[in-house]
Amino acid sequence: MNKNKEQLLNKRYKAEQRFRLYGLSAIFMALLFLTIFIFKIFSTGYSAFQKTWLIVPVTFDAELMMLDQNPSKEDLQDADYYDIALKSMADLDPNANEDQENELKRMVSYFFEKEIKNELLNDPNLIGKTKEVYLTASDDLDQVFKGNYPRDLPEDQRRVSDYQLKIFDQLVANGKVESKFNISFFTNADSREAELAGIASSFMGSIFSILVCLMIAFPVAVLAAIYLEEFAPKNRFTDFIEVNINNLAAVPSIVFGLLGLGVLLAIFQLPRSTPLVGGITLSLMTLPTIIIAARASLKAVPPSIREAALAMGASRMQTTMHHTVPLSMPGTLSGTIIGLAQALGETAPLILIGMVAFVNTIPGSPMDPAASLPVQIYIWAESAERGFVEKVSACIMVLLGFLIIMNLFAQIIRHKFEKKWS
Amino acid sequence: MNLILFTFIVLLGFTSYYFGRKKAYTIQSTKKRLTALPQFYGYYLAIWCAIPAFIIFSLWAIFEPTIVKLLILSDYSNQGYLDNELNLIYEKTKALSRGQFTGEITPFIEASAEKYLSLRSIAQSSKVVIVLSAIIASVAYAYKRISSNSRTREPVEKFLNAVLFTASLAAILTTVGIVFSLIFQTIDFFKVIPLFDFVFGTHWYPAKAFVRDSSEALDPTMYSDTFGAVPIFAGTFFIAFIAMCVAIPIGLMSGIYLAEYASTKVRQYAKPLIEILAGIPTVVYGFFAALTVGPFLKELGTSMGLEVSAESALAAGGVMGIMIIPFISSLSDDVITSVPQSLRDGSYAMGATKSETIKRVIFPAALPGIVGSILLGVSRAIGETMIVVMASGLAANLTLNPLESTSTITAQIVVILIGDQAFGDPKTQAAFALGMSLFLVTLCLNIVALRVVKKYREKYE
Repeated sequence: MNKNKEQLLNKRYKAEQRFRLYGLSAIFMALLFLTIFIFKIFSTGYSAFQKTWLIVPVTFDAELMMLDQNPSKEDLQDADYYDIALKSMADLDPNANEDQENELKRMVSYFFEKEIKNELLNDPNLIGKTKEVYLTASDDLDQVFKGNYPRDLPEDQRRVSDYQLKIFDQLVANGKVESKFNISFFTNADSREAELAGIASSFMGSIFSILVCLMIAFPVAVLAAIYLEEFAPKNRFTDFIEVNINNLAAVPSIVFGLLGLGVLLAIFQLPRSTPLVGGITLSLMTLPTIIIAARASLKAVPPSIREAALAMGASRMQTTMHHTVPLSMPGTLSGTIIGLAQALGETAPLILIGMVAFVNTIPGSPMDPAASLPVQIYIWAESAERGFVEKVSACIMVLLGFLIIMNLFAQIIRHKFEKKWS
Repeated sequence: MNLILFTFIVLLGFTSYYFGRKKAYTIQSTKKRLTALPQFYGYYLAIWCAIPAFIIFSLWAIFEPTIVKLLILSDYSNQGYLDNELNLIYEKTKALSRGQFTGEITPFIEASAEKYLSLRSIAQSSKVVIVLSAIIASVAYAYKRISSNSRTREPVEKFLNAVLFTASLAAILTTVGIVFSLIFQTIDFFKVIPLFDFVFGTHWYPAKAFVRDSSEALDPTMYSDTFGAVPIFAGTFFIAFIAMCVAIPIGLMSGIYLAEYASTKVRQYAKPLIEILAGIPTVVYGFFAALTVGPFLKELGTSMGLEVSAESALAAGGVMGIMIIPFISSLSDDVITSVPQSLRDGSYAMGATKSETIKRVIFPAALPGIVGSILLGVSRAIGETMIVVMASGLAANLTLNPLESTSTITAQIVVILIGDQAFGDPKTQAAFALGMSLFLVTLCLNIVALRVVKKYREKYE
């Protein structure tokens, strides 16, 4: 009998330990996912911040460029650079036949003549001389140099030919291949060529959308929160508004995209694909988040503050505007920033209002067509080219960086400026 | 032009504020008592400046296009044009006047474009004149009216109250906007496709419904067996089910551990770390699922001799589950922490171990709250878009094999609406009908979940 009891007790203790272990392993699993996730993104993405350059000697032959003696600036602008560009690539291998010359040309980016042109525009004295020029390597060679490209595949399954690899290896052996920080990733707009594609256009698109979103959502949400928390009578209509707000906070984001499409584009005829429409759609989405945060922080202001102001003869409006609202601002602001961070990461509604269009110019205003950072991630992720994989990860890193900064900022505002009432 | 006018009106507003306050000071200097602080006199005048400007601006925005259109098209009346053709003529006129017209320019249209431009400029200048004179008149009237014993604070506060109230209507307007944008397209859709076929049909091939010639009559038989949404609904719930299979055990157990076992130190670090998972944009999860998890599962399956699609429901659902973990863990953590301590103490006093207390006392007490959090998680899983678009298939298969690819409501909406849409086409309308069903399902889930959580909170407060 006694032994039986001990057994039972042991069993119960074991069950206790097992249960505890389940809980611990659940947390461990969740954190493991997070670690794998971040590790994966960083390990595929960090190489996109480096760009591979080929150093190629270019002879600026005035005859080939169709230039006269003492050319003016405009002559240099209009000169023909294609021939010298082609020639300098072909000169890498003097024995190359026509096909091989073509392959040589494809070792550098599509815009290589422009890079040569810029070199000459910077220093017009180069005419007739030879200079080593940095040319952007094609994205396939870029991937080869970074070690992301399987070289041991059979040749017909590779986008880089054996011949190109041979020349490339020669260049590497001569120290004519260099890897430098990839500035163009931050300054270029999107492009079909992976080696030239950058995030500038989608970044500006994101900034404009977020600004539009902030300008609409913040004032409306704060005013609505003030009304609901300080002035609204307790009746059915107020309840109805509250139910609406709580529901809107949980409506799937894609439904807001349908709203943008069906109302903003189809009825109000606003321009498609623009950050303006994107920002309005996002603002409708963030509205409930900000209202809920603002109400919570208004609620946290103790009634004694209001009573003191009322006792001094202030009207209800004065009490609210001069005392309650300023005291609730830190909480409201941090809630706003968190809502904006959510909006910054939103993709689906923006796709529906056409912000997935290919945009290769940097937008200058909210009325210009643009993409946004998360949409750019989607566009590049759908692209089959290998060079885009690291770009996607790098873009994700930039986006996550922004989200982290915004969340930190929200935390700082909350901890630094919020008054603790106790 | 409008911007300059707007800036000018704002400046006028500031000036009238200044004059109002100045008048109050003058009254004060004559040793008369004011009924409100001087700035209220300023605000009062500024409001008298803003209201007429706002009314005239909105009237103009509503009526100007219609009136201009009527005037332009009056030239074409009695010529036997149909309504559609008249609309087309008007659009051409507008495009030509903006210099964006590319087609053939007829002298008629050119004349209308000129007329259009002149009408617009007349409208603009008359707007400027009317707005400015209305503002000046109303401000002057108000300025004369304010005296030492006139009330200014009450009207100003009433006005502010009205502004606040209007702002709070935004939430209702958004809901109305959602319903409005969905319902007309949905009704049009069900005029062509019978509701029965949509809800019970098992074949979904929207690609078959190519854009038709709008002059031809609609032939509903063309679309039979095209818009049967059963595979889509099944796929949606199936992927949500897989997601919940991942999210519920992990989320619930970590919620319980954080609430009952974890030391303050562990809690302080683990809780925000887990919540990072909720802050990661869904497109990032989608990329992760498509690039890492999908191929990994495929390789794993091949090594075990299984046929796994690279875009399997398992990959999409699993990653979606990871995304939902923090929702369930923090909500259930909150719910469990709010169970009164006395229940725990009673159970310990009876000799129960901690896990027995959790399983037999706390869990049943917290169950409604936990169910509410799970329902909110399900609603998120159903509405989640990017993970499915990127990691799961786009073709609608009716299958219950997690290793094959399926499609969901959200993915189909994106597939149909990406790129250019032709409104009035059954394919586009189908996306709105899907959106409507998505909205209704999540709405019901949300209402139930919020009710349950609210009831539960009231119970222990």
